[in-house]
Amino acid sequence: MTLIGVDGRAVRDALPDDAALMRALQGLITARRLNEQAYALVRQGRLAVYPSSHGQEACQVAAAQVLDDGDWLFPTYRDTAAIAERGVDPVEALSLLKGDWHCGYDPYEHKVAPHTTPLATQLPHAVGVAHAARLKGEPTVVMALCGDGGTSEGDFHEALNFAAVLKAPVVFFLQNNEYAISVPLSRQTAAPSLAHKGIGYGIKGERVDGNDVAAVLAVLKDAVDRARAGEGPQLVEAHTYRMQAHTNADDATRYRTDDEVAAWVDRDPIVRLEKHLRDRDLLTDSLLSEMREAAEKKAASMRDGINRDIAPNPSDLFAYVYATPTTQLQEQGAQA
Amino acid sequence: MTVHEKLSMGQALNRALRDAMAADPSVVVFGEDVGPLGGVFRITDGLTAEFGEDRCFDTPLAESGIVGVAVGMAMNGMRPVVEMQFDAFAYPAFEQIVSHVAKMRNRTRGKVSLPMVIRVPYAGGIGGVEHHCDSSEAYYAHTPGLHVVAPATPSDAYDLLREAIASPDPVVFLEPKKLYWSKEEVELSGRPRASAIGRAVVRREGTDATLIAYGPSVPVALEAAEVADREGRSLQVVDLRSIVPFDDETVCAAVRSTGRAVVVAEASGFASVSSEIAARVTERCFHSLAAPIRRVTGYDIPYPPPKLEHIHLPNVERVLEAVDDLQWEDS
Repeated sequence: MTLIGVDGRAVRDALPDDAALMRALQGLITARRLNEQAYALVRQGRLAVYPSSHGQEACQVAAAQVLDDGDWLFPTYRDTAAIAERGVDPVEALSLLKGDWHCGYDPYEHKVAPHTTPLATQLPHAVGVAHAARLKGEPTVVMALCGDGGTSEGDFHEALNFAAVLKAPVVFFLQNNEYAISVPLSRQTAAPSLAHKGIGYGIKGERVDGNDVAAVLAVLKDAVDRARAGEGPQLVEAHTYRMQAHTNADDATRYRTDDEVAAWVDRDPIVRLEKHLRDRDLLTDSLLSEMREAAEKKAASMRDGINRDIAPNPSDLFAYVYATPTTQLQEQGAQA
Repeated sequence: MTVHEKLSMGQALNRALRDAMAADPSVVVFGEDVGPLGGVFRITDGLTAEFGEDRCFDTPLAESGIVGVAVGMAMNGMRPVVEMQFDAFAYPAFEQIVSHVAKMRNRTRGKVSLPMVIRVPYAGGIGGVEHHCDSSEAYYAHTPGLHVVAPATPSDAYDLLREAIASPDPVVFLEPKKLYWSKEEVELSGRPRASAIGRAVVRREGTDATLIAYGPSVPVALEAAEVADREGRSLQVVDLRSIVPFDDETVCAAVRSTGRAVVVAEASGFASVSSEIAARVTERCFHSLAAPIRRVTGYDIPYPPPKLEHIHLPNVERVLEAVDDLQWEDS
């Protein structure tokens, strides 16, 4: 589904309201700026690596903005922008990639699970959080993120099946960015779409234009509402594109052409929404520069935080393995 | 109120689950066939009827999903106790156990703890066909972040399971299948007693050599000590109960008191819990040892078919041969 076309014109009614669109634009501009800043920090040697969501910002922003405070977000390693949009300090979110600690934030503070690197393994956790909430009578919905490659993993299928059987309030949100590192979607699945994968589990699947933030917001909001209303898990596939390589350690020219990438430049989620809002006189130059300034401020704060060296404490290596360190770990910690 | 009842290990485990569920509404039990059937070994018998389908429920047949969902429920305030139907059927859950169950607390600097128990009916001696008799403890014991326990008596089964459920850390709970039907008088205090996780116990006093065993090998060690006693040799038996954390203090004190030791375990010996025990006891007790530590273990072969499993499993004869080998002529 598309609501706003690449030319910025609304192709259907039922757009999110003006305030929601303006909030989304601020989110997109900030997410893009954070992606660019993180990429620069890798080149400066401040981050080990950065899997960028450049081009996928509409998905990142919408996934966070449709949630209530009591809801949970389960991100993959490519979803740092969504984590930041949810409210986690980007410096803490990037701890994993800076190398200070695996997870730098308290997952309970903003109800954001740690970045998960082994593909799809976070999805059963999302189901468990949702099922526990249902047992406790809490209105929590869990937004579980996954990529196209992740849908080939067993845990993707087990999570969908468990969620459906348990009627767990989970929204499985697939960002189909066409590549799993170098492997194209055609090598990943023979299904007509990733949304079709819900059929075998009795889960309704929706497809949405992943570069149209209005459409992603509308479809995800609907999915969240249905899950919260007790209709069980929902599956949404957003079709988008990874504009940059898998990480900066990857060479995308080995498996895709410049022409292919160029075609997606025209579908950029920010350009599209900006044009739409300008055409409707909702966005002015001064509002846009305010938004860019706010994004710049966040990027600067992130840059400062990442550039600040804190010496990791070696004793932490032994302190958190168990609630109470074993005798053996106490001894090893004293030697290390 | 403290009561005494004669219970099998299976019944003691069932009692521990019931008492834990009654004491704490956040305790939930789930897995394959654990609902109305009560599990293939009936360890969860009656729990769904007593506590309802929200507290004890059957799941789809997918072990990674079971453990992964338990991780999420533990993150959200519950204390899941999940059953893997058999040792070798737990392997689909291995990634969840190694990558998430074991690492979540460390990953989040203690912010997210996973109070969950993974029950695994394990080991052989019941004539089980392929994939039903694995001794998989080394895989779990090698993974930092997990506690790994294996009871050898009904009383310990009750106490260890109550303690495992109450623990803030994830526990892999290995239940020796062949001991499910062994009975003894069990003291049921209704609440967890003194800590057994991390504490080995001397099951039989002896002065000539120490047998170190856990789980299904403890009765073998005790029987060997009984036979040795008739032959004039006094063997001490230590039951680890807890593989991780490992009780160096009790084990080393025992070995120092006799100066000789044999480790008895069903699992294949190569790169095993038994090799770890031999290594760490040697490192700590070298000057007290009159002979190298011997190990009596399963052979380094895939678990045998039922008609040949007796070849593989440590028995009294093999234990006593190893004891005979402890360089008595030098002392």
